[in-house]
Order: sequence, then structure tokens, then C-alpha cells
Amino acid sequence: MAKKSDGYLSARESRRISKENRKITNAYEKQRKRKNVPESEYLTQMRDPNNAVEFDDLHTYFFTDNGVVHSVDGVTFEVPIGKTVGVVGESGCGKSVTSLSLMQLLQRPQGQIVQGAIRLNLGGKAYDVTKTPNEVMKDLRGNYVSMIFQEPMTALNPVFRIGEQLNEVIELHDKENKTEAQVKARTIELLKLVGIANSEGVYKMYPHELSGGMRQRVVIAMALACNPKIIIADEPTTALDVTIQAQILDLLRQLKSKLNSSIMFITHDLGVIAEMADYVVVMYAGRIVEKGTAEDIFLHPAHPYTIGLMASKPVVGKQVDELYSIPGKVPNPVNMPDYCYFRDRCEMCVEQCCGDYPHEISLSDTHKVSCYRYDGKGGTTNG
Amino acid sequence: MADEIKTSDNLLEVRNLVKYFPIKGGFFGRTVGHVKAVDGVSFHIRRGTTMGLVGESGCGKSTIGRTILRLQDKTAGEVLFNGVDIFALSREELRKMRPKIQIIFQDPYSSLSPRLPIGEIIGEAVREHGIVPNSELNDYITDVMRKCGLQEYHKDRYPHEFSGGQRQRICIARALALKPDFILCDEPVSALDVSIQAQIINLLRELQKDMGLTYLFISHDLSVVEHISDTVGVMYLGNMVEFAETEKIFSHPLHPYTEALFSAIPVPDPNYKMDRIVLEGSIPSPANPPSGCKFHTRCRKCMEVCKYAAPEWTEVEPGHFCACHLHNSAEQNARAEKTMNEARKATKATPTKEAANG
Repeated sequence: MAKKSDGYLSARESRRISKENRKITNAYEKQRKRKNVPESEYLTQMRDPNNAVEFDDLHTYFFTDNGVVHSVDGVTFEVPIGKTVGVVGESGCGKSVTSLSLMQLLQRPQGQIVQGAIRLNLGGKAYDVTKTPNEVMKDLRGNYVSMIFQEPMTALNPVFRIGEQLNEVIELHDKENKTEAQVKARTIELLKLVGIANSEGVYKMYPHELSGGMRQRVVIAMALACNPKIIIADEPTTALDVTIQAQILDLLRQLKSKLNSSIMFITHDLGVIAEMADYVVVMYAGRIVEKGTAEDIFLHPAHPYTIGLMASKPVVGKQVDELYSIPGKVPNPVNMPDYCYFRDRCEMCVEQCCGDYPHEISLSDTHKVSCYRYDGKGGTTNG
Repeated sequence: MADEIKTSDNLLEVRNLVKYFPIKGGFFGRTVGHVKAVDGVSFHIRRGTTMGLVGESGCGKSTIGRTILRLQDKTAGEVLFNGVDIFALSREELRKMRPKIQIIFQDPYSSLSPRLPIGEIIGEAVREHGIVPNSELNDYITDVMRKCGLQEYHKDRYPHEFSGGQRQRICIARALALKPDFILCDEPVSALDVSIQAQIINLLRELQKDMGLTYLFISHDLSVVEHISDTVGVMYLGNMVEFAETEKIFSHPLHPYTEALFSAIPVPDPNYKMDRIVLEGSIPSPANPPSGCKFHTRCRKCMEVCKYAAPEWTEVEPGHFCACHLHNSAEQNARAEKTMNEARKATKATPTKEAANG
């Protein structure tokens, strides 16, 4: 038993799993690779026209040789137009996979969206991204959704000049048949927009000639090239120093108000989230444990995991003798328990916790939590 | 004499440490310049306390750490450990000294050999240095592993079987097994998740309490540094700009750079009113640092004198050191003004030089 929970598998077992997986993933791939899919198949209706994206019961699984990993396991939240939604969680909790599902950039064929919908608001109509074929998706990426990656050095190609890399994006998504000069003008305009003073000079530079903060600005410029409606920022400041981080956060805030787009901000730094986000989603082991406005989450955290996460981060100006640390570790993603995923690490367990995974409970109109402590009582048991 | 030094308060003293890296260029690989990674840094760490070292990346924090351990040579200056100059030791003496000074690296994924089981990783140096007799080795390792929160059955496993937090525990156990006096922690928690970070920080503090260890804690995460350190040194571009007790430096920072750095810390409270000083631009190249005060290009309180004269390292209040013209004495100001006037004259004579330095 001890060995099994460690994820140890015999070669034969592994072969059997991989064979089964291939059957499943082949079926999904076949579905995806059909040509000339009619638009009616992926056309859908937004639940609320004021939302830019709606994730509805999204399940993204990875079919690995060790078994099926439920990376995202029933995630529901929305990103309203013009707002910033922060997604917090430890590494491996599925926050990046959620954003990659929206971009359809999952590692296929292993990674598959097996259930649920991601509704993308395109103004007049709405598409369900999970069913959208690749050719159409190419059009959506960059134009409607774009992504800022964590490591600016790996997101830029080291052998091409900055200008060329930006031009490429604009040319690829261009619908007005811009001339070469117009494309260059737009690139320089973008570089100026993200606060690069020497934009003509940077146009001709290679990525290695820029510092980390400047590189991140270039990556942001690239993401903004086609005025996307939704910007996914996947840990955009994790690799940067605090002073540079402050600059980049300032920039993102300014750009958001200038372009009126929505930002989905993924990070594990609670301080950054508090500063940037209007709404916060806390994820744990592939599920949302708590969501609400920034005030809800930071001033009245309800889920024991959120409370633990806040307590384990040292805060400047608040001296504590010992930091709170959440005991134990994240459960094995291959065989998740059938009760609350956090039960084994939770210090506030109640009797019902042994039952099924808790469903979502509303504490207020905006504040939702998945925990039995609040079942039907409206948050009377405060810890 | 030797006894007297041993009982002194400071376990580690660094005096005017300088470390330049040569830049090789040209056809014959001649040295064409120097990267001034550490340019005259002095500080001291009292026995049983923790000093935090903060600054942006590229400011020379890690270089200081490596030079203190004599993992690389110095260019000038002195490093006194227990009153003994580390760079004056012979090979044999240095080898005896090594177990006393240990290091925990940033990345627990690359600092453990993938081909050795955990017991061997921790025990190798213990056997090599003869810390305990061979007959007790096994029990000793088990004991050290327990202290660091590892189980005995982990001994036969390999690093890839462990998570990031567990690996960092292994690194700590490896350092601890040699019964060190001093441990250099080079960003030990930056690669870890928040909840795991808390576990490792608590472990480090517990060990310090139990065994009276002394730490030099290098990190760019200021909230972690504030939590763990007794004193804090702030570095900028190879120089230390401020050094004081943690409470003092966080409650009223003197140097403009420290102020800006501390104001950039994100606070996890959405209603918190930000009074942020955003530093423009990025850190200049240490190969060609600005003249005068190195921070003057980004400083919002920059004065004329800052552009020409480097500020002196002064004890502004007891135990609170700072290098800034704003906090100099009248005597130092006079000296700085003199340097400025001389420098101005020189640049007037050769205006091209100023452009090159600019």
C-alpha cells in the first residue's frame, strides 16, 4: 500500500494504462481533427453578456502512463469585461492548466478537456472554446485572447531581433493588409505603449541585450499587439525583482484602463493579487475552494486553505514568532481521495468532512466557498 | 590572545571586501575591464543571530556569499571567521575549517546529486571529515535526518523521489550533519511554494534556537528577510548602502534606495493605500557603474554632489550604518564637496570622458 501511494507502478501496469489512454485520447483527437466543422457546433450563448469569459464546470485531464491526472476538476468562474480576476494557488493546483485550456495550448494528445465549456465573448456572438476547431482558434488567439508568460527569456526567440518578433505577430493577425512600414510603425507604437523609451533602438536589439524587466515589457507588447479582449498573465512578475515588479504591475494597471480589456492574473503571491485583482479565485488540487471579490477573500477568508495560505506568508510590519505552516502535502494527483481534498491537512474538520466532496456554498452574492463548515449556516462558524 | 578572539561577539567579520571579475576580450583574451561585483563591503554577524542580505538581482549578494566561503578568491579585503582570516589559511587548515561553514543553495533540484541515495548525500562529508566514528555514522545520520523532519526510511531513496520542500530539508540536513557554526542560506526558499516556505523557515529558526547556529540569509523576498533576520544589510550594485537591526531599518529606512525597495513590497490587503516610490529604469551594469554615488541615476533625492563624490560608509546612529550624502556629517560633506569640485574641473578639461561615463 505504501508503495502504491507513492505512485510506484510495474512496467506491465504502466503499459496497460498507456494502451487504454491511447484509446481514449485517439477518440478525442479524431473528434478534433475533423475538417469543416460547422459554426453551429461551437456557437453558444453567454450566460451573462457582461462577462468576457465563462469557465463552466471545466475538466482538463492528463492521460499519463502513471494514470489519469485530474489537473482541473470542475472549475467554474467568470471573468467580467474590464475587470481583473486573480487566480491563486500552489504549484500543481491547476491554475496554469486552466489558462492553457482557454488558449487551447494544452500538451496534446495527453492533455484533453473531457467535460465542461469555456465560453468566450466575441462581442456579437460567443464561442465554446472547447469545441472550436484549430483553424478558428488560430484566429482567436492574439486577437481575442493572448498570454503573457512567466519567463520572458524563454518566451522570446533568442535568434531574432525584437522588432522582427513583434512584426511577425502583427503580420500574422493583420486583417487590413498593412504595408511593411505600417507594421513597423505599429511595432514601435507598441514598444512606446509599454514604456520603452528607446523604442527605435530596442526594435533592432536581440533579447539577450535587454534586462529582465525590459524583456517582460516586450512580451507584454507582444500580447497587446492585436488589442485582445482578454489578457492572461501567467505569473508575469515571479521572475522579477520587487522594484521591477512594481513597475510592471503599474504598467499592467495603466494598460488595462487604457484598453478596457479583462485580465486573468495567475500568481502564487498573495500580495500581488491584493494589489491587482477585483475578483479572486483560490484553487487547490484542481478545484476552486473559494472565490469572491478581493475584499471578501482578504478581509473575510472562509476556507481553511485560504486562511492557512494567508497565515503562512510573512507580512512586513507584522511580527510573529512562528509562521503558520499547513501540515502535510498536496494529495497525489493520480488517485485523489473521494472526500474533501483538503481534509487530511485541515485543522478545522467537522463530521461531514468524511462525506463527499463539499459543494459550493454562497456566503454572500459574490463570496462562494466549498467547505462543510458553512453548510446552510451562512458562515456562523468562524475559525 | 587566541582565546580572547574566540570569545568575541562577532562570529563573522567582513572588512572592505572587494571582488572583481575580469572581462576578457580582444584577440589574445586580454583583460579589457572588470565587473565590479562586490566593491568594498563591510559588515559583521554576531554569534547566534541571523543577518539578512537583500538587493536586486545582480547586486552582488551571492558573490559575497561565495567569497565568504572561499569558494572563489577575493580581490581585496578581509574575511574573519572566528577571528581568523579565511584567505590566510593553508589548504590543510582550510579543510579543517570547511565543516564549520556550510551553505544551503537556492535550487534544491540541481544541488543534490541524482545518483546518490539520501543517506550517502548526507553522510559523505561526515565520513570524509571524521565528524563521528564510523561505527556511529548510521545512527548519527538518522538523528540528523529526524531533526530536519525526514524519516529513517528515506535514507535509501534518491533525490528524484522527493518534492521540492523535502529536497530542501535534505540540503539542510547535509549542511547540519557537519556540526557547523555558520550556515550561508543563499535564497533557500525562493524556489518553494508559500506553504512549504513557511515550513522551511520555521525549521531553520528551530534549528537556530536548538543549536545556536549563525545564518547569513540571502534573499530578495523582503517579507521573509524581515521575519527571519536580526540585522539586515541592503546592497546596491556591489556596495552596501544600509545596515542596521531589522526593526530599525524597516521602521525608518535612511537610504533612498532602501525606502524605494521597501515601498515596493506588495501588501496582501486590498484596502491598503499604496505610497509607492517607483524606481525608474533598471540597475546599471556593474562593469561600468555610474560615477559618484552609484544610485544617483535612479535616486529621487539626487543632489549635485551625488553625481561626483561617492558617499562614505557612516554610522548614523549606533548600529545603523548608511552610505548616503543626506546623512553625512558636516566634515564629510566638506570632503565630498571638495571631491566634486575637483571632479568637475577634470571633466571640464576632458569633456569626452564625461560622455563615456555618463
